[in-house]
Amino acid sequence: MIDSVRHSSAEDLAPGDRQSHSASIAAYTVGLGFALLLTAASFIVSQAHLLWEPGVAVGLAVLAIAQMGVHLVFFLHLNSGPDNTNNVLALAFGILIVTLVVSGSLWIMANLNGNMIPHSVLMEMQR
Amino acid sequence: MGKLTWAAIPLDNPIQMGASVFVMVFIGSVLAIVTFKGWWKYLWSEWLTTTDHKRVGVMYVLLALLMLLRGFVDAIMMRSQLAIAAGSAPGYLPPEHYDQIFSAHGTIMIFFMAMPFMVGLMNFVVPLQLGVRDVAFPVLNAVSFWLTATGALLVNVSLVIGEFARTGWLAYPPLSELQFSPGVGVDYYLWSLQIAGVGTLLSGINLVTTILKLRAPGMGYMRMPVFCWTALASNLLIVAAFPILTATLGMLLLDRYIGAHFFTNDGGGNAMLYFNLIWAWGHPEVYILILPAFGVFSEVIATFTGKALFGYRSMVMATMAICILSFMVWLHHFFTMGAGANVNAFFGIMTMIIAIPTGVKVFNWLFTLYGGRVRFEVPVLWAIGFMVTFVIGGLTGVLMAVPPADFVLHNSVFLVAHFHNVIIGGVLFGAMAGYNYWFPKVFGFTLDKRLGQLSFWCWLIGFYVAFMPLYVLGLFGMTRRMQHYANTEWQPYLIVAEAGAILILCGILATIAQLVVSIRSRARRRDLTGDPWDGRTLEWSTTSPPPRYNFAVMPRVESQDAFAHMKETGTAGVLPEKYESIELPGNSPNGFVTAFFAVITGFALIWHIWWMAILGILCALLTLLAFGWIERINVEISGEELARDARARMPKVEPV
Amino acid sequence: MSASASEIGVPTAIAAFGGDGPAPVRIVVGYGFWIFLLSDIIMFSALFAAYAVLSGQTDGGPTPHSLFELKHVAIETLCLLFSSYTCGLGSLFIERRRLKLFFILFAATFALGAIFLSLEFSEFAGMLAQGAGPSRSAFLSSFFSLVGLHGAHVTVGLLWLAFMMAQVAAQGPREYVLRRILCFSLFWHALDIIWVAVMSLVYLMGARI
Repeated sequence: MIDSVRHSSAEDLAPGDRQSHSASIAAYTVGLGFALLLTAASFIVSQAHLLWEPGVAVGLAVLAIAQMGVHLVFFLHLNSGPDNTNNVLALAFGILIVTLVVSGSLWIMANLNGNMIPHSVLMEMQR
Repeated sequence: MGKLTWAAIPLDNPIQMGASVFVMVFIGSVLAIVTFKGWWKYLWSEWLTTTDHKRVGVMYVLLALLMLLRGFVDAIMMRSQLAIAAGSAPGYLPPEHYDQIFSAHGTIMIFFMAMPFMVGLMNFVVPLQLGVRDVAFPVLNAVSFWLTATGALLVNVSLVIGEFARTGWLAYPPLSELQFSPGVGVDYYLWSLQIAGVGTLLSGINLVTTILKLRAPGMGYMRMPVFCWTALASNLLIVAAFPILTATLGMLLLDRYIGAHFFTNDGGGNAMLYFNLIWAWGHPEVYILILPAFGVFSEVIATFTGKALFGYRSMVMATMAICILSFMVWLHHFFTMGAGANVNAFFGIMTMIIAIPTGVKVFNWLFTLYGGRVRFEVPVLWAIGFMVTFVIGGLTGVLMAVPPADFVLHNSVFLVAHFHNVIIGGVLFGAMAGYNYWFPKVFGFTLDKRLGQLSFWCWLIGFYVAFMPLYVLGLFGMTRRMQHYANTEWQPYLIVAEAGAILILCGILATIAQLVVSIRSRARRRDLTGDPWDGRTLEWSTTSPPPRYNFAVMPRVESQDAFAHMKETGTAGVLPEKYESIELPGNSPNGFVTAFFAVITGFALIWHIWWMAILGILCALLTLLAFGWIERINVEISGEELARDARARMPKVEPV
Repeated sequence: MSASASEIGVPTAIAAFGGDGPAPVRIVVGYGFWIFLLSDIIMFSALFAAYAVLSGQTDGGPTPHSLFELKHVAIETLCLLFSSYTCGLGSLFIERRRLKLFFILFAATFALGAIFLSLEFSEFAGMLAQGAGPSRSAFLSSFFSLVGLHGAHVTVGLLWLAFMMAQVAAQGPREYVLRRILCFSLFWHALDIIWVAVMSLVYLMGARI
């Protein structure tokens, strides 16, 4: 909208904007550092057989979520302040939908596969 | 020219040729009239390049009404076929044609009738109700409309050139895969929906941002009209669900175009994955359609009982609950696909739970009516018809939410009756209520009341006559999408259903007559005050039609039902002391040009004309870059001009 | 202000919450783009779900383990991560009107993104050469579509980046240009976030099978 009544408000920020410019370079650099650490950790968890086998998937997922969080906080400056409420709520909504769709699909598809005739028996029936 | 040859024109099929000729003559006449009367300049500058949300809303609704006619022709063809094709009688529509008709009927009615109607109403009304001058992104809004129109055009082109899908409105694989649908029909379906889907998604983003970030000063969240809350929930669902549709149809496109194996029978594909994903979109889609209708009824009932809506807070909570819950029920569309008892039970229970917030809404409407002085204008008739009809439809839905019952009724005509019950009784009745309610605001004169009543009664009685027999037939075991049937005992019911369809046709003709008669007698039904219904929300505080800028000075809101409050406290109709100049976005050909290239690209992709497709995409990209490079031109309206407008046209509103 | 009859049950403080009037343009644009990004992430999640369901369906063909080279993945990840860093700094500096630094940092972002794309391209080309294309099996279809869609987004991002640099050079840091740079940096960071998921769930998980 071109004409707006209020010009700036302490109560609201665009996503990705920050209140003050100082210490921002530090924030980006710290974020980069954390992200690098988490990336390295992911590679190690995947390849170095340090975790109990079935736990690797969980470990990778946890590290991935942590790194996404690092991006959101340090690069996108998303925090829990009142000026970010709308942005955080929107993100929460998105995360909810993603969780419902992905976990719902996995649950449903796994059950559907479970009720399928085994492939070998199916092939047998073709003759 | 890829797969396109002269054989694509269905010269051997008299019905299709007849329809094609009719459509082309109709379009030709319209274009001829516009040319002869010299209206092109007006059309271009006032409608084709407009960024005004009010004009865009009108165009959406116009598209919807045209597509209602097209989709209804499909419906009456199907009903006629079924009324005669009993036992050994073949009917007049061969299966290959019949299958295209039911697929086109569903696709058009959902994507190009119901969606545009609701989006159009929201486009027109929401900024006015919020007390602001336009949506958040006016140019994007125009682009969204034109992309939707592109999709509608492509579907209708399939009537003349080529064929349409024979797979039903959701194009389930493996039938929709290349192996079993080698023609262009499914491609028409897929590309129309992908293009229109982008438009809808952009519109969803636009309205969410508008409602959350652009409201008049003082209009807190809990002072927004309920229609805006339902619009918010509906558009949040659009933003969340349409990407899933885009991804899923995209995967099917990849199967068809590059030989991928997402849903094929071989190569490890899994057709059931399509069902899962498409319904993860499909269920939220029906809530996208119904929520704005609920909002319309809330406005209509409150206005015509002269009191505030009962239970504002519970309405808001019920609306947002429906929004979230609608993402937790989608498996009820494929209970019979074999996910097992646990999964079916979970989704069955969730489906029953989602009926509760809807029930809350129904009770709130009833309690609003109770103790009020109801004025039985046409919108109220639609509202009361809705409350009875939608509840019945909802009940049959909850019945099918019980998985064992659904195992008997899945894909029978009982299901068909159920969803028409809720879509016609809910979405269509809501669309008609909104149409009658807001027409005076949009065009400056009211619609004829008698013909409105006639239309309502024909629709209401026609609906019951057309669909109640289908409930019975479903219980007898008749399945959906049948081109003929062996059991001649079903025929009487289908003849009754055909009679119902003819009654509905009368209702549609009555609506057309209402429009024609009202336009011809508009001089004596002018809305001079801007508030013909004694409305409660801010759109009624403007003139009819509102000026381009909606509000010369943005209203200061101090209560729910802001306009009713202003009338009660005597602040309505008071001219502001000072007018500051305002800036509005100017017209933009962006939308129309983008759509033009989208039509070319879509058509080329459908017919595998690769050079044309690449050209189309490049031109669309260049359009985007060109319009992005130049700075947007704004129109400034000076304070003096605003003051002049206000003095000349200010509605004469009496304080209550 | 006394509550009117239509505000029964809703205290004025709550009713007025959010009543500050329309937001400034920058916030409106940024928020709208944020909502668009969330919708884009949901689109990716549908493809992720498809990948999760179909990743085991190799139809007797190449498996993830046999195809994925983690060295390349590591370099691609570092490229994207550092490009996110340079993008963030670049957007910081143009807000402070330090145009020379902006151009250097955004050029670096472009270069790093281009390296990412060329590595991904060569990976895809290699797989196609071995007959492991998207039409070979369901696993490969879902792999190519998921990773390919991300790559397509990166490609569009690079075009956009170049366009923004040209527009800043030609028209200066005008308000509407700055808003678009805000949107671009949101986009670029989101792409890196999606890559984290791709890297972890597709490559690192797949390399173990």
